[in-house]
Amino acid sequence: MIKKDYDVVVVGGGPAGTMAAQHAAKQGVSVALFEKDREIGIPVRCAEGVSKKFLKKYIDIDPQCIASEINKVRFVSPAKQKIDFTTLNPGLVLHRRLFDHFLAEKASEAGAQIFMKSYVHGMDNYDGKSRKIFIKHFDQEFTVNAKVVIAADGVESRIGRFAGIKTFVKPEDIDVCVQATMGNLKNIDPTRIEMWVSNKWAPGGYAWVFPKGPEIANIGLGICGKFTNKPSALSYFKNFIKENFPEGSALTTVAGGVPVAKHLERLVSDGVMLIGDAARQANPLTGGGILSGMAAGMISGKIGAQGVLQSDTSYNYLKEYEQIWKKGIGKEYNRFYRLKNNLLNLSDEKFIKIASEFENLKEEDITITKIVVAAVKNNPKLVKDAMLAFIGF
Amino acid sequence: MIKINKNKCDLCGSCVAVCPMDSIEMFETYLKINKNCNECMICVHICPVEALTKEDSDRSNV
Ligand SMILES: Cc1cc2nc3c(=O)[nH]c(=O)nc-3n(C[C@H](O)[C@H](O)[C@H](O)COP(=O)(O)OP(=O)(O)OC[C@H]3O[C@@H](n4cnc5c(N)ncnc54)[C@H](O)[C@@H]3O)c2cc1C
Ligand code: SF4
Ligand code: SF4
Repeated sequence: MIKKDYDVVVVGGGPAGTMAAQHAAKQGVSVALFEKDREIGIPVRCAEGVSKKFLKKYIDIDPQCIASEINKVRFVSPAKQKIDFTTLNPGLVLHRRLFDHFLAEKASEAGAQIFMKSYVHGMDNYDGKSRKIFIKHFDQEFTVNAKVVIAADGVESRIGRFAGIKTFVKPEDIDVCVQATMGNLKNIDPTRIEMWVSNKWAPGGYAWVFPKGPEIANIGLGICGKFTNKPSALSYFKNFIKENFPEGSALTTVAGGVPVAKHLERLVSDGVMLIGDAARQANPLTGGGILSGMAAGMISGKIGAQGVLQSDTSYNYLKEYEQIWKKGIGKEYNRFYRLKNNLLNLSDEKFIKIASEFENLKEEDITITKIVVAAVKNNPKLVKDAMLAFIGF
Repeated sequence: MIKINKNKCDLCGSCVAVCPMDSIEMFETYLKINKNCNECMICVHICPVEALTKEDSDRSNV
């Protein structure tokens, strides 16, 4: 049953929200998580790739959540030249449905209560101690007092707006995507992810192939929001599949949006913290937001609970989360944001020229050093930085 | 007014993120556009699956 008072309320059951709930509950405070949908982890609007090393920092996962282990990366140029190399930072392609379930289970084991079919549609001002939030659970209305509200409500977040934080994203700062998990694929290496870069296939973004098995992969693309005024992401996607993977058959199809923005300047208000996609914390270069969301969940969950225990959940106490973010991942990602904006101006011709440097080399001969040398020779330090950033996801 | 094609909309939330007026609400199974929409068209352009269109309000009243 939904109670009247909670120390911490988390809105949204994605990786950011479930991590926040887990880490708040571990401090011994009462925690409720409200999720609007009927199942955690569904639909999967995600290519499901993460860095193995960084994931380990946040959680020790059940191997069942892993679809494949990645140690190779292929860039495909606009002229379909292929650059293959082994990555120093191996990756995983997850089963997000299982992974999100796993994280939710960890949250409830720690003591958090999870409520599904619960849409948060409003929030009052901070009264010095807590905020009232308004929830529709199935068709019933509930009002709950929360000393801390953690907004983990994804790209579609409105909780920040309820708190007076400007969260809307400029069209050039969102990549809109269409993806299918496809079966019956030929020529898939289950240990290799592919990134296809071309304004022809995905203007301002890229197309990806993230394998989940020998014949199955997440294939999708994202285009920069400033180029979406027809053709749409869906038509780019259809063309891409028709030209490159005509044999595949779709097992899922989803649309999605990833904020590839600078993170919000204000992540905190009195009694509220914004985390994950809601705080625009995904990696602006790659669109990866699972790990950054989990990191923010961990930090905000702990600090929120400590605020409750110290009887201070005002901005003044909670701002520590914002400060930690800005000094750490936030700082790095803001650099990636500048890199992304510079990359947007790179022409297909330039990419082809850089790719030509690698075309006749054997895979074993392609080393990070050679990539750096070729990239620098063709001018942009930019390309070097970008490639290195990609290799680290 | 902005019209939603329910057969196309995948409830991805991209339009909610870019709406400068906070006029769009996304529930589990449907999307709703509120009255304070100023028809700026940003959501129409962002939608990855072309689910939104601007309709002549005279006609939509018929
Ligand atoms: C096509 C695509 C591919 C991607 N590929 C990758 C990838 O390979 N690797 C990677 O790291 N990242 C990837 N991302 C990004 C990644 O999916 C997100 O960054 C991540 O899911 C963000 O987690 P989150 O917890 O912040 O939000 P979400 O996972 O979006 O969770 C938010 C939750 O809040 C709920 N919610 C929203 N509003 C309310 C409300 N008012 N009341 C109650 N509940 C609410 C939603 O139903 C949702 O369950 C991809 C994204 C897309 C679109
Ligand atoms: S952007 Fe398009 S598909 Fe996504 S929720 Fe809005 S109308 Fe639906
Ligand atoms: S037209 Fe503009 S104001 Fe209206 S719903 Fe779309 S983005 Fe919001």
